[in-house]
Amino acid sequence: MNEKTLKRVDIIFTPEKNYNEVLERTFRRPNSDILNDILDSGLRGRGGAGFPTGMKWKYTADQESENKYVICNADEGEPGTFKDRQILTQVPYKVFSGMAICAKIVGAKEGYIYLRGEYKYLQAEIEEELNIFHQTLDKLKFHFRIYLRMGSGAYICGEESALFESMEGKRGEPRNKPPYPTVSGFRGQPTVINNVETLVYAMMICDMGPEQFKELGSKDSRGSKVFSVSGDTPIAGIYELELGMHLENFVEDFGDGDTKAVQVGGASGFCVPRKKFSDTIIGFEGVPTGGSMKLFNSSRSMYHVLQNYLEFFEEESCGQCTPCRVGCQQLLKGIEAVKKGKKNSAYLDRLIRLATTMKYASKCGLGQSVGNSFVSIVTNFREEMIY
Amino acid sequence: MSKISIKIDGISIDIEEGQTILEAAKLAGIKIPSLCYHEDLRVAGNCRVCLVELKGARNLVASCAMPANDGMEVSTNTHRVREARKHVIELLLSEHNADCTKCYKNGKCELQNLASEYIVGEHMFLDLVPDKHYSIDRYNPAIVKDDSRCIRCQRCVRTCEQLQSVSALGVAYKGAAMKVSTFYENELFEVVCTNCGQCVNRCPTGALVEKTYIDEVWDALYDPNKHVVVQTAPAVRVALGEELGFGPGQRVTGKMVTALKRIGFDSILDTDFTADLTIMEEGTELLRRLKRAIVDKDPNVSLPMFTSCSPGWIKFIEHTFPEYLDNLSTCKSPQQMFGALVKTYYAQKRNIDPANIVSVSIMPCTAKKFEADRPEMRSSGYKDVDYVLTTRELATMIKQTGIDFLTLADSSYDSIMGKSTGAAVIFGATGGVMEAALRTAYEIVTGREVPFDALNITPVRGIEGMREASIKIENTLPAWGFLEGVELKTAVAHGLANAKLLMENIHAGAKSYHFVEIMACPGGCLGGGGQPIPTNADIRKKRAEAIYDEDMNMPLRKSHENPEISIIYEEFLGEPLGTKSHELLHTHYKERLRY
Repeated sequence: MNEKTLKRVDIIFTPEKNYNEVLERTFRRPNSDILNDILDSGLRGRGGAGFPTGMKWKYTADQESENKYVICNADEGEPGTFKDRQILTQVPYKVFSGMAICAKIVGAKEGYIYLRGEYKYLQAEIEEELNIFHQTLDKLKFHFRIYLRMGSGAYICGEESALFESMEGKRGEPRNKPPYPTVSGFRGQPTVINNVETLVYAMMICDMGPEQFKELGSKDSRGSKVFSVSGDTPIAGIYELELGMHLENFVEDFGDGDTKAVQVGGASGFCVPRKKFSDTIIGFEGVPTGGSMKLFNSSRSMYHVLQNYLEFFEEESCGQCTPCRVGCQQLLKGIEAVKKGKKNSAYLDRLIRLATTMKYASKCGLGQSVGNSFVSIVTNFREEMIY
Repeated sequence: MSKISIKIDGISIDIEEGQTILEAAKLAGIKIPSLCYHEDLRVAGNCRVCLVELKGARNLVASCAMPANDGMEVSTNTHRVREARKHVIELLLSEHNADCTKCYKNGKCELQNLASEYIVGEHMFLDLVPDKHYSIDRYNPAIVKDDSRCIRCQRCVRTCEQLQSVSALGVAYKGAAMKVSTFYENELFEVVCTNCGQCVNRCPTGALVEKTYIDEVWDALYDPNKHVVVQTAPAVRVALGEELGFGPGQRVTGKMVTALKRIGFDSILDTDFTADLTIMEEGTELLRRLKRAIVDKDPNVSLPMFTSCSPGWIKFIEHTFPEYLDNLSTCKSPQQMFGALVKTYYAQKRNIDPANIVSVSIMPCTAKKFEADRPEMRSSGYKDVDYVLTTRELATMIKQTGIDFLTLADSSYDSIMGKSTGAAVIFGATGGVMEAALRTAYEIVTGREVPFDALNITPVRGIEGMREASIKIENTLPAWGFLEGVELKTAVAHGLANAKLLMENIHAGAKSYHFVEIMACPGGCLGGGGQPIPTNADIRKKRAEAIYDEDMNMPLRKSHENPEISIIYEEFLGEPLGTKSHELLHTHYKERLRY
């Protein structure tokens, strides 16, 4: 048994009163210095995909264009994820500051926050805070404006290129890549799009320096991360924890003593069964997550968990590409048919092959990740699917 | 453009930078299957049939959407690719009403071809169709939309938006419920759809097809009391062969006439005749409008005058620019002039009761079906054109008859209303109406032929979406002195997206013209929605060459020289824009809603 308890971290939610001082200090530094700090820190995107943030900024900075954009992805739609809402409520100026620093490095004049439709109640507050923030920028003589855009409730619009389409007033459908956003994003211009949390870490790295950040976490997963903990736990909530932790330790701290599985990364993430807790690391070298950690105890039917996820995907696929649109329907109807005895258990293997095809044949991250929960739940809880 | 080199299935190939893997594979002689891809449209990359393995990439990539980079190594034939393709085809079939023998596109369906290539036998997945509650829209006279056949490739949606700027078709809902639909899910006849049929021409399956009237025509043909007259549009003769074993650009006029005789039509006549007549009427109308503007200084005269031959364009302007309806020539299209004359002039001359005449037209067009159904189109006292068949439907009838089209001897059109000139033939190509009108109008005004080599007014020809040309009128005949020195400014647009741009230019005052020709379909009628599938840029070019070739080979090449035209004015119509003409050959338009 690993004796080490989880390390709680406090970076994201520290008071933000001094944000203007951080900005003032940072704006005085050469872009290359700031960028080197971000690169050096090892910060990777906190939305789930984990692309190195400094590289994203560098690629965009290298593009020649009059108009570049910085976009904060606050569409937080992954089931079981609720940390961006808290960040935007508690420390909004840190988010804005992260955007402004990014804007300075890449040469953007405009930034946008794309806010999840269900978070409409935050709209007025954020707009008011943006006004104050813009005054701060004016005092610092930094020419940058941030605008708020509301989503309309479609999960797919959290996918970056669908988000651009949505912001351009079109139907939220992912684009073909390449070109990537750093080359052609919002309005076809070079664009940095980062998760809410990533922007705050970027700002905090500028504040405290990359060293302190680097000390946390593991080689492939530097720093800490905000987790949304839910499910069968006595202490559901939002926690900032060091990356690279063992799932076993996490369950010790958060479980109710009867945890049989943890869904890491929401509906599009992986289901880890009890027998694999001890050798599962939470991080990019193990199981990555955009923040959601959902615990299930032995009273839960994993069939129903999977059915619930598939119902979600069947509805939230944008519907444009075949593997995702039809694949989600087939996976859902397929497990239902097996459960009802209309298909024999071998049909599950056919569905696993389909889920695998969806992973490498779908157009965007949505369809590519449906197979994560499907394969991990069906493989680890096969009996529950059948009986 | 610099050259790059990539390797596909071990074959090295040099290509232009900017080309996709799919295009490169084609050059290397490797066929990658595709469904949502179409040469005329921007890439969608949504069907995922064209997936290939790219060395170094974690996932498979859609070859239609992936630009080739120097040194890329691609495999089109790996285990993963094969499994993914088969899965994709199976998935599409599981959502698809695969009752193929009942489908209009049976044997001509791209999905069916793939299913047969990949030997889809026992279905791999569950049949999703019973839960889908698909609907069929049969209420439009031109197009049938059957959602149960749709594979959601969005070719139609992209066609409607990118080529036509109409966007009558769009995508609605998401996930399992995602479908191709219209504004508020109205039927096609209630929305801004122009019936151009460009979507029909690009639909890979039977989801969008023309409404067929083949059986009605057979019934009429077998009815001993009916005299069935057929007219054939200019663009049909340069494309029909593609459906019947010839390559694109082969003129099959004589064989087509023979086939129509063999099918059993009582009289095989030519829409080209009324194309010539259109020039007489429309040319005169233009000159009158110019006189009213220049001599009478009449502020109410509407210029530029727009052509009115293309029923897709007519419905488009009625929806989109209704404030310009007075600018449309009041001339009916050649099809409708023909229909009105068949049941009056022709009936009198042949001594047949018009009630017993069935008038059929063969058109490269689906919008013509709608046009024939318009309530205004009954000036003979009967429905002027009873049935409109597309080029494709005629080919089907020829096949049903068992005719070996390839070896058929040539025949000539019957008379009366069967004679035409080269000016009428070129109606089938974008710029053709303009060229034909100029050949006649210039000669009426100056007494001389248009000052172009061999009458070929090349500035109005070509494939550019919008073209302009002007002719300076000099040394006029005395009656037309008011046009002396006038620079006649004209413009041509084809494809409604280009038409919209041209209209916006005119509306903004950025451009002013006297006469504007607009055709709804890319390339003009030769690229019509009723033409053989596939139609693409290369095929349109070949059909256009055939049309100009036919023009050059005609003994008469100016509409006013058509002897049957002189006769019909002497015997029946009187003069262009005369009372009889107004009654039979001209029409009016109506404003429609903008959605």
